[in-house]
Parts: sequence; C-alpha cells; structure tokens
Amino acid sequence: MNSAWEVVIGLEIHTQLATISKIFSGAPTKYGASPNTQACLVDLGYPGVLPVLNAEVVRMACKFGLAVNARVASRCVFARKNYFYPDLPKGYQISQYELPIVHDGELIIKGDKGEDKRVGITRAHLEEDAGKSIHEGLDRSSRIDLNRAGTPLLEIVSEPDIRSAKEAVAYMRKIHSIVRYLEISDGNMQEGSFRCDANVSVRPHGQDKLGTRSELKNLNSFRFVEKAINFEIERQINVLEDGGEVAQETRFYDSDQDETRAMRSKEEANDYRYFPDPDLLPVELDEAFIAEVKKTLPELPDAKQTRFVKQYKLRAADAEILTVSRAVADYFEATVAAFKDHPKIAANWITGNLSAALNRDELDITDSKVNPVDLAELLSRIQDRTISGKMAKEVFEAMWADKGSADEIIEAKGMRQITDSSAIEKIVNIVLAKNPNQVEQYRAGKEKLLGFFVGQVMKESGGKANPSQVNRVLKAYLNKD
Amino acid sequence: MSLNKELVQHIATLARLQLEEDDFDDVVVKLSSIVDFFDQLQQIPTDNVEPMAHPLHQAQRLHPDVVTEINERDAIQTNSSTVQDGFYLVPKVIE
Amino acid sequence: MVGQQQALHTQTLAELAKGLLNAEFSSYELVECLLSRIEEHDSSLNAFISVMAEQALTDAAASDKARAKGEVGLLGGLPIVHKDIFCTKGILTTCGSRMLENFISPYDASVVEQLSSAGAVILGKTNMDEFAMGSSNETSYFGPVRNPWDIERTPGGSSGGSAAAVAARLVPVATGTDTGGSIRQPAALTNTVGLKPTYGRVSRYGMIAFASSLDQAGVITRTAEDAAMLLTAMAGFDERDSTSVDHPVPDYVESLTRPLQGLRIGIIQQHFDSGLDEKCASRVKDALNVLEQQGASLIEIDLPNLDLSVPTYYVVATAECSSNLSRFDGVRFGYRADDAKDLLDLYCRSRGNGFGVEVKRRIMTGTYVLSAGYYDAYYLKAQKVRQLISQDFKNAFEKVDVIAGPTTPTPAFPLGDKMDNPITMYLNDIYTIGVNLAGLPGISVPCGFVDDLPVGLQIIGPHFAEETILACAHQYQQYTNWHQRCPEGYE
Repeated sequence: MNSAWEVVIGLEIHTQLATISKIFSGAPTKYGASPNTQACLVDLGYPGVLPVLNAEVVRMACKFGLAVNARVASRCVFARKNYFYPDLPKGYQISQYELPIVHDGELIIKGDKGEDKRVGITRAHLEEDAGKSIHEGLDRSSRIDLNRAGTPLLEIVSEPDIRSAKEAVAYMRKIHSIVRYLEISDGNMQEGSFRCDANVSVRPHGQDKLGTRSELKNLNSFRFVEKAINFEIERQINVLEDGGEVAQETRFYDSDQDETRAMRSKEEANDYRYFPDPDLLPVELDEAFIAEVKKTLPELPDAKQTRFVKQYKLRAADAEILTVSRAVADYFEATVAAFKDHPKIAANWITGNLSAALNRDELDITDSKVNPVDLAELLSRIQDRTISGKMAKEVFEAMWADKGSADEIIEAKGMRQITDSSAIEKIVNIVLAKNPNQVEQYRAGKEKLLGFFVGQVMKESGGKANPSQVNRVLKAYLNKD
Repeated sequence: MSLNKELVQHIATLARLQLEEDDFDDVVVKLSSIVDFFDQLQQIPTDNVEPMAHPLHQAQRLHPDVVTEINERDAIQTNSSTVQDGFYLVPKVIE
Repeated sequence: MVGQQQALHTQTLAELAKGLLNAEFSSYELVECLLSRIEEHDSSLNAFISVMAEQALTDAAASDKARAKGEVGLLGGLPIVHKDIFCTKGILTTCGSRMLENFISPYDASVVEQLSSAGAVILGKTNMDEFAMGSSNETSYFGPVRNPWDIERTPGGSSGGSAAAVAARLVPVATGTDTGGSIRQPAALTNTVGLKPTYGRVSRYGMIAFASSLDQAGVITRTAEDAAMLLTAMAGFDERDSTSVDHPVPDYVESLTRPLQGLRIGIIQQHFDSGLDEKCASRVKDALNVLEQQGASLIEIDLPNLDLSVPTYYVVATAECSSNLSRFDGVRFGYRADDAKDLLDLYCRSRGNGFGVEVKRRIMTGTYVLSAGYYDAYYLKAQKVRQLISQDFKNAFEKVDVIAGPTTPTPAFPLGDKMDNPITMYLNDIYTIGVNLAGLPGISVPCGFVDDLPVGLQIIGPHFAEETILACAHQYQQYTNWHQRCPEGYE
C-alpha cells in the first residue's frame, strides 16, 4: 500500500440482541416466519399504540458495556429518528441519540505488526430494527415484511482508530466473539443478526485533519469487510492522486465484482430531526442493577485465552483458536477434565480432526457427533497405546458415524494395537523371512529400505502393530549380523 | 421574518406532504406568521434550565422478555387493500 | 314508564345509576330514549360521526339481564359516547379525518375497555377537530359541530362533539381528550363540566396520539359528581402505556364532600388583564366570591412565565405531532392515493389528500422546529421554557391548594370567525394550555352566562389532586345552578 497515505477507519456494527420478544412490544423475534405474522399492532405503528421496554434488552446492553470496559449510563434516553421508508412503519425509528446506554469503552486487538492495539468504542446504543423490503419479484411493486420491525439492535460505534482493513477485521471478529460469549447475540451474519458498516477515509501522513469519508454498507462477512475496505482505500487514493475529491456518500459492496459503488437511492442528506421520544421515559440504571449484571458476566475471550496458556501450557496461537467461541472453549475444558494430563493433545485433536469433521458436515460444535467425554476416552486409548495414532483417526470417524464409543469400536473391529514385543518380533521375523533380498540390500547399506520393511510389517499386522515399536525391533533385527 | 418558498417546499418534502399550488403562497404566509409568533421565546433567558421532555419525573419501567402477542395478520390486513401473500405492497423502489 | 320521575335525558349519570338500581327504568329504555333524541337533534348539531344504535340496544338489554342477576358494574347499563379519537374494536374510528374515514380499529383503547368492563354502553363516536387539532371543531373532515346554545357558534374544540352532545342532553356524559384545553374549553363554551386529569392518571393506550407529552383522556359531563364517577372507572395504571403512573385510584365520589372551608385558592392577576372579555371576567369574579363566601380564601399569585405558554405549547405540540402522524402513509391502513407513480408520490398524495389544512400546517410547523439548524432555537428552547412554567406552578402550589380563573377569554364565537388567522385561534387556549405543559389536573365548571352564552370557571390543582378540584367544583355546584340550565330547544 502507498505509504504516503494514512487510512482512517471507523466501524459501526449492528448486532441483533437475542431476546425472545421485541424491544418495544411483546411480539416474537424468531427468524424465518411467514411474512407479517410476527408484527403486532405496536410493531405496525397502528394509531394509538405505544412502546414498552424489554428488560432483557437493557441487561444485554449493560453486559456489553461492562465487557468492553465502557461506562454504563445511569440515565439514558430514547430518541426518534424521523424518516420515511416503507419498512419503517411509524415513519420514525426509536433509537438513542444524545444519551446512549453505553459509552467510552475500548477493545484491544492485534495490530498490523502483531502489536497490541487499542480501539476506542465511542458508544453502543439501543434501537429497533426496521422490517424488510423485497424489491425484486414483482413488476411494479415492492413487497414489505414487517416481522423484523421492532427486533432489538445494539449499535456499536468505534472511534476512527482503525488503520487498515486487517485491523478492521480483527476488531470485527473480536466484537463478534464477545457478543457470542455474552450470549447477547447469535452473531449470524447470513441471517442478518450481525451487520457491519465501515466509514473509510484517507489523508496524507502527518495531516491532522480527516479526509472526507465514505460509508460502506452491505458488508456481511469478514472476508467482504476486508475486500471492500481495501478496494475503497485504493479507490480513494486514486481519486485524490488524480487531483479529484472524495465525495461523502454511501457506497455498497458488490461481492461479485469486488467493488464498491455509490448507492442511488440515497437522496439528499436526511435531516432526521432527532428528539427525545415522548412515549418513553428516561431509563435509569443504578449501581445495584449494574452490579447484578456484572455478576452474570462470563469469563471473556482474552481472559480465557491467557488462562489457557497458563493453565494448560498451550501456545498462544492454539489458545486463541480454542477461545474464539465459548462453546469450543467449554468443549476443550470438558475434554481435558476427562483426559487430564495432556491438554496439548486434546487441543490438537479439537483444532484438527474434530474441526475438520464439523466443517465437513457444517455443524456447530454444540451439535458435535462426538462429545468431550467420548473424545477423552479415545485420547486415553492412544495414550495407553491400545491403538496407534493412525488407528485413532479411523476410530474417530466411526464414532462420528454413530458406531459407538471408542472402546466399543476398538473391540468390535479388533483394532487393538499390537504392542506385545514377542508378537511384534514374530511378525518382523515373518517379514524378514519373506524378503531376503531386501534384507541383504539393507545390510549392504541401503538404509532407506527401513520404510519398506515398516510398511510390510504394518501390512502383515493388519495395521495394528505399534509403529514406533516396529521401528525399534526392525532396526535391531536388521542390524543384527 | 418570512420563510422563503424553497424552505417551505423543503419542509413539505421532509414531511411528505403534497401542497396544492394554489394554496402554496398562503401556506408560506401562515407558516411564517406562526414562526414569528414563536420568536417571543427568545426573550426569556434559559441558560441553566433543564429542558423538560416529560411533565412528571418518572423513570421508564421494564417489561419481562416474554411473547405476549399472537399472530393476527389476516384480521389486521383487512385494513389495507394492497396486500399480497401476506406482504404489504408499495410502488416499486429502485435502489 | 317515565311517570313522576324526571325525564331520563335530563338526569345526571349519578341519578340514572340510582334509577337503574331501583328498577325505575331499564337500560334498554334509557338507551332507546337517548338514541331517539340523537336522531331528532343531531342533524342540527353534527355532534356524532357514528351512532351504534343496534349494538347499543343489544348491550343495554344484556346489561339489564346481568343486573337482574345481581351483577352490577360501577357503570352497569349506563350510556356513554366516546370522542372518535379512542380506538373502538370493530367500530369505525376516524379521528375526525379523511385519513381514517374507513378505518375499523382492530382493538379497543384502554379507556374504552375499562369503561365497558365497568358496564357502560357505548352509543356512538363523537365528532372532533381533525386529529384533535383545533379549538372550535371546525377542522373536522365530517363538518363542524354546532353549539346547542347558538347553532351559529362553535362549541369549542377539539372535543366539540362530546361537549355539544352532553350540553344538548343527547347523552349524560362523554369522553374527551385534552392536549391544550380540548376538554375544558368546549366545556366552558357549552355550559358543561370538563375534567382533564393529571398526565399519566389515565392510560393513553388506544388514544390516537396528537402530542404525546401533553395528551390526556378525560370526560365531559354536567356535574362534577358525574365526572368523579367516570374518573374512578377510567383512571389507573396501564402497563401498555409507559407514561402511565402507578398511583392508587381513590373513590373520587367519596371525596366530593370535602368542604370549601379553608381551601386556599390562587388567583392570577394576569388572567384578568386585557384579552379577557369584561363580562366573562365579571362572571368569573362572581364565582370566586361564591367560593370565598363558603370559606375559601383567595390569594393572589404570580406565574411569571405564563405569557409564553402559548408559543411554548405550539412548538412542543407541533413537534410531537409532526412525528406522531408520520405513520399515516397509506401503506398499512388509512387513506391511500390512487395510481401512485412511485413511493414519494404515494406518500405525498396520500398525506396531502388525507390530511386537512390545519393538520398539515401543524405537521409543517413541527417539522420546521425540529429541523437541523432550528432545533436549538425552537424545540430545545421551548422545552426549557416549559420547565420554567412548570416550576412557576410548583412554586404557586406551595402557597395555595388550587388555582382558579377563567377557562376561556371569551364565550362561544361564531363559526368561521377565527379560521383566517391561526394565531388568533391558538390564543383561545391561553388559560388552559399552561396546565398541559405542567401535566396538572384541571376542571372547567359552568359559572354563568354572558349574552345567553355560557362561561366557565377553571380550577387547577397540583399533580394527582383530582379529589381536591372535583370537590371544589362539586361544592360550587351545590351553591349554584348554572349547570342545570338547558339550551333552548333541547329541554
């Protein structure tokens, strides 16, 4: 990247809070319902209806604030953001403006050079989601589904402290991890419960004044965020280097073309005419309330990662992977609880074989076909040398396919590893006897043939001989004169 | 102080109100007089006064997170003549 | 079955309640009587938008059956009409507007639910200024309401239909709403009692919103006693309204007998300065003397910022209504323009055609005062002045128990009189508006006539002092009989 330019990025993340009912009404929030079957009169903005406030939404926002070291406001106010659009039934969105529920927080991420970098979180505020508009499908009409209208959102706004697309993704991943840890959001980007907008601008290095920024929307995956931002940075630099000016506008990211484009429908800058919503009173949270919420905070990713390194002697990189989600971390610890002495081995299996199987079957770890206790049993069998590491993979697949526990499968398939020295010696003798030429060649100096012999022994033993023992015995016998 | 016509048209657009051309001048005049009427408020000093959004001092009550509404879509949608397959219809929006 | 008793339509709600209990007549007979009066007289008044004759008779008959079994609600079998601003399930609810000309509400307002649960029988929905915006009931899409005291004059607004119906003895009581005086002012102009409770005392759920921080549901009756009966049934905490106050509801009828002796009544000298018709002033002063004679003391007080209450109100109210009315866009309910060529056209024409002139004017005003660049100078400023006005009242109530004075600056004015200049119309509310800004309870009670037109006395109390102001009004009505006078032709 052109080092004459400094990139300034701020992210706005909207995360849907995982409540059962809506923020201002008692309608359900489940995803995927038939159109307009989850929009009650309050959500539809009927004449005479009024909003009420969902307690769980407040608790969740408070949890988030505490998790990012922010101030939770003792008094916050809902404000109306006024504009007209068919998916906004009341003609205004109930949001928060001057007095948000959370402000002045921070997140530590890994910067571009691997250093610890602090990204400020200006604020996080509560608001209601709009419904959905479908513009394709009918000739002359757009279709409106208001099921989503009124779903609670937490809008998290970062300071413009981010300096590259990579940092942006790191920040976004961290927030994603935190909201899932706190169980305040399922973070499902495909279903729209975690959405990211990026404000991007560039300025010459050393300049204080911020450049004109554009707002990127429709960034619904980590990959797209990175690509869109990189494209936009380059675009803006090109515009400026050509002597032009960057327009302050909203652009959306087209993933097919890998480019950002100005949005046509954004008319003249909207005057939202924010004012405090008179139908809702100021929310007052006292120390006792905040203390109660604090008690419910789980161990957060950073703290867990640090503990894993210390407690289980894992490498930082492994600890990081294992703590991306609470579910994975819990799985790991449950496995270690049943297979105490070798956490590293457990870590490897979880990040390796288990992960691969989950990905292949598109399963979340909570739906894993092999549970921690069963995995621990399998690992114990490797450890006590009942089976070899290679065999274990086979056993694992069988366990995954519901064929039983590790022990059951080993028994059923007669997979017990042969570790008995005399048994191995017997097989080695058979193999050596069958291959006199190779024996001669080996003894004459072709030591590479060891691999051949190992293979033959393994074959002869039906794969059950313990490989390292086989190695040892072969060497001993071959080198005998 | 008279409001100029462009401002009045801008407000009408913000408010999504179509004004008849014949009435437009009168609207400008009447709106201007109302705004002038408001200027009296400037007379009074309010430097350290808290703005009052609600007449009584109360805090917002919190509701438990439970579903209390059942699906009444079909009954509700009898109020609109432009629905199809459960969707509300509006003239197509090009984005 | 009338016989010796007073004609049904001339009886108060309290009297009718006794009559029903004593089986002097049935609810069916009562409702039948009132329905025929409505049919006879409403064409000259236009007080009603809907009359639900069939349903009312059915409900009355059902209530008679229930009463025979001993099931009597607080208002069992008693007739009521609702200002057409209250949503009534399955029944046309227009808010006086073309926008809701065909709107059948899918739900009942809390007030409607509560009164119906208490046994009240709904006879109809009354005419009103469109979306409650007006002081003369001339902005209604369904035509103006006429004052039974002089049908060339307005009954006041926005609850003009309710006031006219009660004044003409078509019904004994009616619900109304009051945002800047819309119950009290029409009550004063029609010789009826109009009660606006403390903000938050009665639920706003189902009451189509005009200005959310000012609106309050109340009643128009002929006596303070009737108002007390209804308030007892209507008031109370509603969890569906976040601004509803969880304050116990006393029996307002019980406390009516509090004597005037020792009551400290605040008088605002400003009220009697220019702007108040001399003869009205005279009637009001007479009324204050009556109170004094019965043992109340009159104490002069000052509300230094009251002069600014009208502009303050109109900034706040229009700002709130400009936002509250954004939901009327033709998409899910309400008037929808035909053949809209695009979304902008759909919105602009549905709203342009669906709303009347005054409503559009207020939406524009509200949009302006909230818009970028003007918010601080207008909206924020007005909210601060509102604080000052509220504080003035608070200070006054440390010295007095209630504040009394004229309800309106003049008696009922001719139709069409003030439609040219909006500000002249707005200034009609000069005595009532401050009460809404401060969220206080207020009541207007008949206190005399000027050129055969009624004049009202307004009594204002501190928050939740409905018992005090109702008692004061009730006692006044024991010593006067203005409220018993009936407009000519409606006896």
